Amino acid sequence: MEKEHGRGKHYKYGMVIDLDKCTGCGTCMTACAAENNVSVRSDESDKERSITWMQLYKITNGKEFPETEVSYFPRPCMHCDEDGRGGHHPSCVSVCVATATKLDHYTGIVSQVYTRCIGCRYCQAACPYHARYFNWWDGYFPKGKGLDRYLTPEVSPRMRGVVEKCSFCHHRLMRAKNQAYAEGRREIEEDEYITACTEACPVQAITFGDLNNPEHKVSQLSKSRNAFRLLEHLNTKPKVFYLSTKDWVRKLADNYLPDQFKSINKTTG
Amino acid sequence: MEKQVNSPGKPSKEGWLSSLNALIPWIDLSSIGSGAVFFVIGFIGSLIVGWVIFPMVLYSSQPQPMNFNHALHLDPEKVDGIEGDTETERCLSCHQFRDDGTFVGIPKLEKCMECHDDPESPLGDTPEEKEFMTQYVANEKEIPWLSYSRQPDCVYFSHIAHVQMGEQECRVCHGDHGKSEILPEYRANRITGYSINIWGENISGWKSNTWDSMKMDDCAECHTEKGHEENNACFVCHK
Repeated sequence: MEKEHGRGKHYKYGMVIDLDKCTGCGTCMTACAAENNVSVRSDESDKERSITWMQLYKITNGKEFPETEVSYFPRPCMHCDEDGRGGHHPSCVSVCVATATKLDHYTGIVSQVYTRCIGCRYCQAACPYHARYFNWWDGYFPKGKGLDRYLTPEVSPRMRGVVEKCSFCHHRLMRAKNQAYAEGRREIEEDEYITACTEACPVQAITFGDLNNPEHKVSQLSKSRNAFRLLEHLNTKPKVFYLSTKDWVRKLADNYLPDQFKSINKTTG
Repeated sequence: MEKQVNSPGKPSKEGWLSSLNALIPWIDLSSIGSGAVFFVIGFIGSLIVGWVIFPMVLYSSQPQPMNFNHALHLDPEKVDGIEGDTETERCLSCHQFRDDGTFVGIPKLEKCMECHDDPESPLGDTPEEKEFMTQYVANEKEIPWLSYSRQPDCVYFSHIAHVQMGEQECRVCHGDHGKSEILPEYRANRITGYSINIWGENISGWKSNTWDSMKMDDCAECHTEKGHEENNACFVCHK
């Protein structure tokens, strides 16, 4: 694999979200939207047309009170990897007719180039995680009303007719690299590049780092016995891992045949 | 009006056909007919319109608010504050990096006033400096420079990655701007509003200098040459 994609060090940036810690407060969603210049619309109640790079899902175990349990699922883009069976692209990349989205083999981040996107929305249909959103309107950042002042200069606002998605705050990686270069370093430290949602999470449920680096906390957590990924049977190899000790949460993360699900807890099943 | 004017100087059909044929000897025009003649004239005409006239019309031309002599300022014998052995180091005396690695671009008035601090006593004797002193330094007003190299909103470019880590000279992209005595006119694309310099002057892509053509393929070509294929990933420059 290394030879196939040329020289240079290979990183695999990824995320671990601890669902047992997540309170469903939605700070990650807000921080993400503010950081990545996601525009608001006049009618934000129309959720089918809303854009949320980081989406928060609520799940319950479906039992009657007092056994009801609730858990929240923050869902960024999964930044799917090569499938390990010879497929080199995540599902969204292989359907893109304009090469507007690509998997960067050096960072593991799936890019989305808005100026290249033609808005066919094949990727939206191909993504099993609903992580991609279509811009039905131009972003609304009127000058002089204050909305333009909170724009992040390193993230370009999107125009109507293109698809967008979570970029793992790639501009923060570039910012961290600039800082490292200014200090004469080539490599960046673990805590220098984290996403906006990771930084904002008040209970620190999100951990971000390089999955290839065994010293990074994220790679240790991803190997935990509580770790799982969404729809793992599809073999999309997401770089977003979840942690949960609850079997019902783990069971809802994928479609299992009867008797296929294996509990990590000895007592419950 | 009453008389029909005969033009005695008008050549016969065969005459001008053969003279046109002399220009393009590889096609025998008389055997093809006059339709081909009009085709050839139209073809050449549209080439001229497309490659010469349209590019001229497409770009506007605006003068800078005042002149700046780069050659003079980069001469360590004439200017005290300029230090450095290489041209790039001397450029960086004014076009600096901030502590976080970002690039200041065109320096603000504050930077100029580190040397040109007193409006009453100019450092040289040029009329440009007098204008600069009276209009800008005395009023502490920023000079509304037109930036030749401002990238579009969707482009990310890190100067420090190229200059400090990649050890590229400024002139690789900016050409001999540092040797210029007169600022060239600022030419902006009338449709997009972007400066002509960000893509390079040569629209055909043929280049004798690195700065003649600076499109995406030229960036990628250099990255590959220097052994940095990882920087050809989309998100490195697109944002």
